[in-house]
Amino acid sequence: MTGLLEQVFNGLQLGFVYALIALGYTMVYGIIRLINFAHGDIFMVGAFVGVLGYTAWGLPFPVAIAISMLVCAVTGVAIERLAYRPLRYAPRIAALISALGVSLFLEYFCSLKFVFGPNYRVVARPFEVTTFTVGGASVTNIQVVVAVVVLVLLAGLQYMLYRTRIGKAMRAVSQDHDAARLMGINVDSVISVTFAIGSALAAAGGVLYAVAYPQIWPFLGIMPGLKAFTAAVLGGIGSVPGAVLGAIIMGQVDVLSAAYISSQFRDAIGFSILIIVLLVRPTGLLGSRQREKV
Amino acid sequence: MAEPLLAIKGLTKFFGGLRAVSDFHLDLGQGELVGLIGPNGAGKTTVFNLITGMISLTSGEVRFRGESLVGLPPHRVFGRGIARTFQNIRLFKEASVEDNVKVVLDRRAGYSLPAAALRTPAMLRSEVALRDEAQELLGILGLGGRSDTAAKNLPYGAQRRLEMARALAGKPSLLLLDEPAAGMNPAEVRELVTLIRDVKEKFGLSVLLIEHQMGVVMNLCPRIVVMDFGEIIAEGTPAEIQGDPKVLEAYLGRGGGA
Amino acid sequence: MKRLLLPAVLVAFYVLAQVLIVTGLLNSYWQLILDQSLIVAIASLGLSLIYGFCGQFSLGHAAFYGLGAYTAGLIGKLWGHGDSLWFVGSLLAGAVVAGLVAVVIGLPILRLRSDYLGIATLGFGIIVRVLMDNSGKLIPETGGATGMTGAPMVANFTWIFVVAVGAIFLVRNLVFSRFGRSWVAIREDEVAADAMGLNTTRAKTLAFVLGCALAGLAGALYAHRYPFIHPSSFNFLKSIDFLIIVVLGGLGSFTGTVVTAVAWVFLLEGLRAVLGMAFVDYRGVVYALILIAVIILRPRGLLGGKEWSALLPRLGAPAPGSRRRGREEAKGHG
Repeated sequence: MTGLLEQVFNGLQLGFVYALIALGYTMVYGIIRLINFAHGDIFMVGAFVGVLGYTAWGLPFPVAIAISMLVCAVTGVAIERLAYRPLRYAPRIAALISALGVSLFLEYFCSLKFVFGPNYRVVARPFEVTTFTVGGASVTNIQVVVAVVVLVLLAGLQYMLYRTRIGKAMRAVSQDHDAARLMGINVDSVISVTFAIGSALAAAGGVLYAVAYPQIWPFLGIMPGLKAFTAAVLGGIGSVPGAVLGAIIMGQVDVLSAAYISSQFRDAIGFSILIIVLLVRPTGLLGSRQREKV
Repeated sequence: MAEPLLAIKGLTKFFGGLRAVSDFHLDLGQGELVGLIGPNGAGKTTVFNLITGMISLTSGEVRFRGESLVGLPPHRVFGRGIARTFQNIRLFKEASVEDNVKVVLDRRAGYSLPAAALRTPAMLRSEVALRDEAQELLGILGLGGRSDTAAKNLPYGAQRRLEMARALAGKPSLLLLDEPAAGMNPAEVRELVTLIRDVKEKFGLSVLLIEHQMGVVMNLCPRIVVMDFGEIIAEGTPAEIQGDPKVLEAYLGRGGGA
Repeated sequence: MKRLLLPAVLVAFYVLAQVLIVTGLLNSYWQLILDQSLIVAIASLGLSLIYGFCGQFSLGHAAFYGLGAYTAGLIGKLWGHGDSLWFVGSLLAGAVVAGLVAVVIGLPILRLRSDYLGIATLGFGIIVRVLMDNSGKLIPETGGATGMTGAPMVANFTWIFVVAVGAIFLVRNLVFSRFGRSWVAIREDEVAADAMGLNTTRAKTLAFVLGCALAGLAGALYAHRYPFIHPSSFNFLKSIDFLIIVVLGGLGSFTGTVVTAVAWVFLLEGLRAVLGMAFVDYRGVVYALILIAVIILRPRGLLGGKEWSALLPRLGAPAPGSRRRGREEAKGHG
């Protein structure tokens, strides 16, 4: 029983990280209907920058996270400007292919020897690991830190989306670009802000991931990226609470299937869920039904 | 009286909480030409989409030649003999003019995959016949010399005629035209009216026509149905419609529509 | 006379290549590259059918390539032992297995819209990879994650060339038939195609199955040409390889696909020769930049929609009175 509880806590930790990534997918999809393939790689870049921050550059942990979020926010905005905006009115596939290209670019660029190199790196943690027991199961301080950081960020996002003008503008643009434009909203700026926020959240996720599982490499973002995307779809693509819900579920599925079925098949199980959701309930758990206008 | 070709009763469609079409009814007889008009957003195209099975209806009955169309996918509705054109032209842009029509003619071609893979004499004969049939149809619609042009490169009026040719290629009994005159200048509109009359005559069609240009509708259609907010608000001859205060209010009372 | 151009070119190419091979002017390394380029061309033709012509965005093409490879490789290793009849049988088996899996997976997922279809096929590809890695537990001869050896290496240039030419003509004939027209219609506007009487589900599935079968066929050849096949050869990056070739070569152009496939393989080898070790490092970056540049600057690819005229089929005598642009040929096929 304690074993199960511990796995649930592990799943929760992973789920929180997935939530940060999934939010970026869902917000970008909501605003420009693009599956940003490169998002998982932003997560990876965030992990590297954060790790550099609290190891090589000796920064305090919170500062390292902040720097990482800033760097990735800028990167995300740049990617949108250079690789997606020119294709805003092209067929959907074109932007998707471009996103694929950006994803590959980030991975292979970071693999270059003068950047991060292609190999796994085991890295130090920014603080000592301590454990304590809750309900008979052992909990690490890392899990607590992850939970706290994610919940703070989620609260911040919630505040921003529903209590600020920019948040309102983001919600308006998600609904209808033209209407938003007519209301005086600068759609391009709003899209940039969305990318910035989504990328910053992914970066934070990357740093937390590196603290929890301190082994990073340029292809770090692929699996978590795809699983977080599954989470966003599961919860209802375009829905913020959906992304969080989906992520929590995916975190549990991932950890529990690795623990009780087979770690070999955890990826296959994750993708089977994706395919099943797409076939059976593509709008996800909390999503709204969209229909093609003829 | 014989059963109408198309019989619609109580047709209703809700999109979530939004009532797009409410209790639409229509009896269209063999050889009739009926116009469907109304301000933008009245639900006219939705009615077309419901008839052709492109969207599912919430409730109601649609019968064609006595058989229900409800639940049939669009390609099966087409097979029953109903063809349509689209408000925003939906041609196969990168395909040639001839291929746009051939795609529909292919339904009756029937040669097998292996025959196509090996280009058997039978398949080739089929292809020649298809080409000839396509040419003939294109000729009738005034598109004869441009078979190999890509559809996207046609001038606007020719694109609309190609859409019609494509619909006619299926040898339908009922033709649904969705704003065929949109974007046309007066000369083109006059040609269109003549074309619709000729085609209807030549192919023995019944026609249901959505149109905004009053000149077209009043000239062409002996019977007109008027919709607003998803409901039928008036029905009758052009003269009756023109005098109906509800119709005037629908068009003018709300700031003249969009 | 024009009708002889294509057969003449094909024969000339074959003879030239054979001469180079036999005299040793083309060493075994470059022979491998030549064969590889034709194998990649066959698989790419498959993706061209699926995506270039029918518009279905599949990111799992390499999975079918791999299924064909393992199927044929196993047959050759366990029963064929290099016998020609078994070899041909294994080629067919590779294509059939890939095609059958395509039917099973295609019927449900082809309903999905393009971006979701891409993700679903990507996920499928990963699932297949995982299965390949673990295949050793079920069938030890596959070698699981360490890879499979022992398939007889009987696919020489002649075999590969013949199959490649066959594939090109098969694709050409299908494209210029009612099947090809239905695929293009779906690509251009699936909703309108449906409304115009086309059974889009059937047509899409057909394109998908044929395309995946071609990938399986290519994989089967691959298994009999390389001493060693490994799951990592059939990963997502390989699917991207095929995608780049089809996109770069031009959607809706099988000439473009074939030419680009061959050129791409040779280009990569050339880069490897020039850059040496650095090549391996920079290859991914180059791929990525090419993909982004092409899709932004020339989204229809280099040869979008255009074919080499010598490859176009001839239809037969035009009907009396109809006007055709100068293609007065005697009856027959091209």
